[in-house]
Amino acid sequence: MKLTGAQALIKSLEMEQVEVVFGLPGGCILPAYDPIIESSIRHILVRHEQGAGHMAEGYAHVTGRPGVAMVTSGPAATNLVTPLCDAFMDSVPMVAITGQVPTTAIGTDAFQECDTVGITRSVTKHNELVMSAQDLPLAIKEAFHIATTGRPGPVLVDVPKDVLTSTMDWEWPDDVDLPGYRPSSKGHPKMIKEAARLIVESRRPVIYAGGGILKARAAEALKELAELCDIHVVTTLMARGGFPDDHRLALGMPGMHGNYTAVTAMQRADLLIALGARFDDRVTGKVDGFAPEAKIIHADIDPAELGKVRRPDVPIVGDCRLIIEELVKAVKDLLASSEQPDRSEWKQTISGWQEKYPMTYQPAEEGDALKPQFVLETLRDSCPSDTILASGVGQHQMFASQYWKFNHPYTWVNSGGLGTMGFSVPAAIGAKVGRPDKMVWAVDGDGCFQMTAQELVTASVERIPVKVAILNNAYLGMVRQWQEMFYDERYSEVYLSHDIPDYVKWAEAMGCVAFRCESPEEVQPTIDKANEIDDRPVVVEFRTDSSEKVFPMVPAGQTNDQIVVPPFQEGPHREVVQ
Amino acid sequence: MSTGYAHHTLVVTVENKAGVLARVAGLFARRGFNIFSLAVAPTDDERFSRITIVVDVESATVEQITKQLFKLIHVVKISELHPAESVERELLLATVKAPPESRGQVLELVQIFEGRILAVGHEQLTVSLEGHPTKIDDFEELLRPYGIIELQRTGRVALPKLERQAPRLRAVKGKVS
Repeated sequence: MKLTGAQALIKSLEMEQVEVVFGLPGGCILPAYDPIIESSIRHILVRHEQGAGHMAEGYAHVTGRPGVAMVTSGPAATNLVTPLCDAFMDSVPMVAITGQVPTTAIGTDAFQECDTVGITRSVTKHNELVMSAQDLPLAIKEAFHIATTGRPGPVLVDVPKDVLTSTMDWEWPDDVDLPGYRPSSKGHPKMIKEAARLIVESRRPVIYAGGGILKARAAEALKELAELCDIHVVTTLMARGGFPDDHRLALGMPGMHGNYTAVTAMQRADLLIALGARFDDRVTGKVDGFAPEAKIIHADIDPAELGKVRRPDVPIVGDCRLIIEELVKAVKDLLASSEQPDRSEWKQTISGWQEKYPMTYQPAEEGDALKPQFVLETLRDSCPSDTILASGVGQHQMFASQYWKFNHPYTWVNSGGLGTMGFSVPAAIGAKVGRPDKMVWAVDGDGCFQMTAQELVTASVERIPVKVAILNNAYLGMVRQWQEMFYDERYSEVYLSHDIPDYVKWAEAMGCVAFRCESPEEVQPTIDKANEIDDRPVVVEFRTDSSEKVFPMVPAGQTNDQIVVPPFQEGPHREVVQ
Repeated sequence: MSTGYAHHTLVVTVENKAGVLARVAGLFARRGFNIFSLAVAPTDDERFSRITIVVDVESATVEQITKQLFKLIHVVKISELHPAESVERELLLATVKAPPESRGQVLELVQIFEGRILAVGHEQLTVSLEGHPTKIDDFEELLRPYGIIELQRTGRVALPKLERQAPRLRAVKGKVS
């Protein structure tokens, strides 16, 4: 069968069971947009290419399937760099297809030419410039294979215009040809045995669950391991939902703005069982002072993560789910002949911390602006427990992670590694496309919202009923917090204004229903109204307290022992477990 | 593996595809690793090329470099060659000042090092030397006082040393000889 390159491209996407492509056409990718008309694939026309990338990410986060973005060459490709980097940092499976100038024009500084493969090399797991239509099916098959296996990540396929217009003999390859790519999946049995031994001998163990738990679909396995060994679990920002927050063994989020117990339990542990985590600086604080007494079991599918930051005592390379399942077996074997040591003192210490330093805030006084935490708590209690929550980056993101109760995997969509402001609106749209059956809320800051809000036009036109809660504190809140705490309250370029833009008018102009909410009594009824709307996007602007800060906080560059609790919890708080 | 800074020679077999050297070099740049020398050429199998990279880092860093390199899809195989267990060679080309009064000394130096004269001018000579990188270093150092006009080194290439242990003599128990 003779096909054009463009037809072969779209057919290849169909062969990969792609159901939706987020994109925006332009000169060089134009030929590929013709066969889309007949294709079963739904195309969602975005308003900015960055939106396409984040939508693909949001889709991938909640479905586990690779998100697909397709844009043209030059500026469109460069607009995709941020989402690619975001997906790379957070190991999100994604395939990006970019148009390129014709092969004969490459290197001539042609109109809308850029070195896409060169520019995106360091922000993709792999990328490829396809120079012949005949190679397209294999390139696409390999792209999906690489994006979804091993440590997932973004893969970009750059396709010159004449490759799309030339003809080829259609043939779908049976297999990929990648001699240098053999991701391992099963952990080494000897290492697993050794890990099991450390676990049953430990007195102060903590499971440090990272995003790999979700990528490996290992939430069930993790629960089994935690319950079997009776070990507390911290879930990093990337792992929220990977272990239910309402579980008796859940400690919540660790790290710079993690809760006191999660941070301190890791710090005092004698064994950290790191599963699909990467000892990110936001989790460890100053590395030299991180969990000084802990032995480390580190399981990850990426061998380069083992020993990158902290040298593990037991490194295990492989898929987290398979490793945990083997660990469970190995621990059961050991427990058949011996018992775990008495850990009651450790448990008491943990519950003592939990009692003394709960995640709380001081409620607003009469007449004050809304507390962002109060808004999030009310929102949380008004939504189904499997609601998908997307967030941008900054204070609102931390409040969301701290105050939401994540009891189901794949309900939290956020930009962890790259910290991309503007992530939430497009990511929420992508998530809703992937899981139309679920309620999807984006929690956003006013700074973030202004970066990508135009995608709400996409949502309105495409009938994607996401809901957006803007926590409008009129500031770049996190930067303001740092300036307040570390720059003597010298506020530099962080004020954004409460009133400009008018978020309600703006949202309405984009086809959304919009509400503004300024007093505590209005919060519940406004959320209820928003939750009743299911045929179009809703935006709710909450006017929140500018001076509210995110606590606890480990100041940058300090060890986790230097954790700062909110002022009203202060007191002697650095007990050391003997 | 010993600790401390030292030369480490990595032999990286890569798929012979467009941009593969840029991927490898880019990775070094992005992760902040410094390349001391680099040599690239096709292997006997045309599907693959071999990149010989010498890095000047701690052993722990070499492990991280290796792991990061291996994540590149087009990297097929990486081996680290220890100097004691490998043969290393490098080629040097140099044009050096050789007026009549010093020409004899330059020629003698080339002769001692078993180098070659590649081109002869009235006031200059172009010489070449192939050998172990330390020998090349010595030659370069001794050549320098005569006035080097241009100098080019290839970067080292290496292969593992062949095993050539003497056949082990069978111990006969209970007998003293």
